[in-house]
Amino acid sequence: MKVLTANRLADGEAVWYANGGWAETIDNADVAHDKAAEDRLEAIGATASANNEVVDVNLIDVTVANGVVEPVRLREKIRAAGPTNRNDLGKQARPVAARAA
Amino acid sequence: MYRYDEFDHDFVQARVAEFSDQVARRLAGEITEDQFRPLRLMNGVYLQLHAYMLRIAVPYGTLNSKQLRMLGHIARKYDKGYGHFTTRQNIQFNWPALSDIPAILADLASVEMHAIQTSGNCIRNVTADHFAGAAADEVADPRPYAEILRQWSSVHPEFSFLPRKFKIAVTGAERDRAAIQTHDIGLHLKKNAAGELGFAVYVGGGQGRTPMIAKKIRDFLPEADLLSYCTAILRVYNLYGRRDNKYKARIKILVHETGVEEITRQVEAEWQEMKDADLKLPEADIRAIDAYFAPPALVERPEGDEAVKLARLDSKSFSEWLDQNVVTHRHPDYAAVTISLKGIGEAPGDASDSQMEAVADLAEKHAFDELRVSHEQNLILPHVARADLKAVYDALVDIGLATANSNLISDIISCPGLDYCALATARSIPVAQEISLRFASLERQREIGELKLKISGCINACGHHHVGHIGILGVEKKGAELYQVTLGGSADENTSVGEIIGRGFSSAEITDAIEQIVETYLGLRLDRTEKFIDAYRRVGPAPFKEALYAGEAKAA
Repeated sequence: MKVLTANRLADGEAVWYANGGWAETIDNADVAHDKAAEDRLEAIGATASANNEVVDVNLIDVTVANGVVEPVRLREKIRAAGPTNRNDLGKQARPVAARAA
Repeated sequence: MYRYDEFDHDFVQARVAEFSDQVARRLAGEITEDQFRPLRLMNGVYLQLHAYMLRIAVPYGTLNSKQLRMLGHIARKYDKGYGHFTTRQNIQFNWPALSDIPAILADLASVEMHAIQTSGNCIRNVTADHFAGAAADEVADPRPYAEILRQWSSVHPEFSFLPRKFKIAVTGAERDRAAIQTHDIGLHLKKNAAGELGFAVYVGGGQGRTPMIAKKIRDFLPEADLLSYCTAILRVYNLYGRRDNKYKARIKILVHETGVEEITRQVEAEWQEMKDADLKLPEADIRAIDAYFAPPALVERPEGDEAVKLARLDSKSFSEWLDQNVVTHRHPDYAAVTISLKGIGEAPGDASDSQMEAVADLAEKHAFDELRVSHEQNLILPHVARADLKAVYDALVDIGLATANSNLISDIISCPGLDYCALATARSIPVAQEISLRFASLERQREIGELKLKISGCINACGHHHVGHIGILGVEKKGAELYQVTLGGSADENTSVGEIIGRGFSSAEITDAIEQIVETYLGLRLDRTEKFIDAYRRVGPAPFKEALYAGEAKAA
């Protein structure tokens, strides 16, 4: 399973493709379950990159358990949460309500 | 310290305007990322895991209080309230928005700072001994030469697109605190028998995936020939350095593959062609730059001896800090102070906005407005009257920066690692924090004595692990972090590259392994005066291997 991730051009914020736009958290990211869906996400990424919305676009491996999207690699886990030595920074520092919104 | 002249001001302002325009065009979609990336890198802007990162140059690690205050201001206004001081005496901000970077650069320019050439395949910030101008063992201040090199190398048309990045370090003392033998060019400022100043020139040092110790190609280069000789080295490198393979593109590979004799011959031949041409430094020009670095007027403060003696009796913690973080100054009434950015359990090299401002205030009040960033990721007050040490200490206690651990095991060099860096393969800061907490007792650390522990989160070795007495390299293996340990490295006048001791350790095992190594050392040292590195050089890796892995061999 894969999701599409990038950094927003203007501020570098790590973002994931979700519900037709770029979300600041991975929670509701569109999950590709097959090659066709991956190709579709890849095309969306290429367009967003060409439109200068985002940079450094990548498809990354995830698992989904009980509806929770979790990156496979530590690197992507850290991108999705924030520095592991500073819980007060990054996505993990945001109130859960704001993250769900 | 050096003050910008009209040319410098215009140059930096012009660059701010140019890059601001480039950022605006990028944000408007007029240029692509492929077009923009080399432009942003030339201005110190990287893209990392969570955001952009801005690396700001601190030339040869020298700052004044106004500049440090501005860094604190930038941390607060544009970033997340802190900055990270690096092993190249620079500072990095981890969270700036691209759209804010023109404003940050304008703020920096207002205090004579910039981010030019902090990235890219050019000559990077020239680093120097952090005690320059203060050290008792110094022949002369190396910074005027670093400044001359900075002026010469800034947007140098011939050397802006080298095969790879290029780093120069300068020391003015026999005791090398600038790690010159791990640099592309290392310069050791010294005097010849006639009392004239010149340099021993080392070439081809470096760390990364292929660590190499620089080779001395000239024992004495007259100071007037500094630029012509460096030009000769860079020309040979630019011509013959490999451009086909990024991993073999540094000058260390060229020196290694060509051989020191042949590379010396090539450099000397190139130099002979132009040594007496326009790059010869006029004596008056050298002395003019020298004048910028004239030491502050250090008035006699003989009351310091008595003041320090009384304060020692009064406070054990002050006394310990004095023993560990304060070093001899060339003036007997003064001292140089290391402000540890390695609080127990803290991220090495990080300082908050308010800490930066408070340290700036201290420098202004007690240290002639001068500060340094050390390559060991600490801050330095180079000139403090001994009579004022207690006041400085008390102020540092108030801001949580009085940890008395300079050169001890918790004075760890660490790169940002996988918590921030896009190149990293494993985390380094949390490993540093856990080791620091394990050895939290300063009494235990002092018992262990001088021990330089350095951690990198990938093979690029920004955390200098190759030259740590104990080095830790984090890699990714089968999806998990694995930490490889090297022993016996050192980055001083007796530079050595550490040897891999054996199989790596998981993140859960690494701190125990380090403790095991330290206990092994304590058990075999001749006495308290035999430092870790000396003991390792005497006994070699065997006892450490035995302590770490013997159980496994038996189990197998």
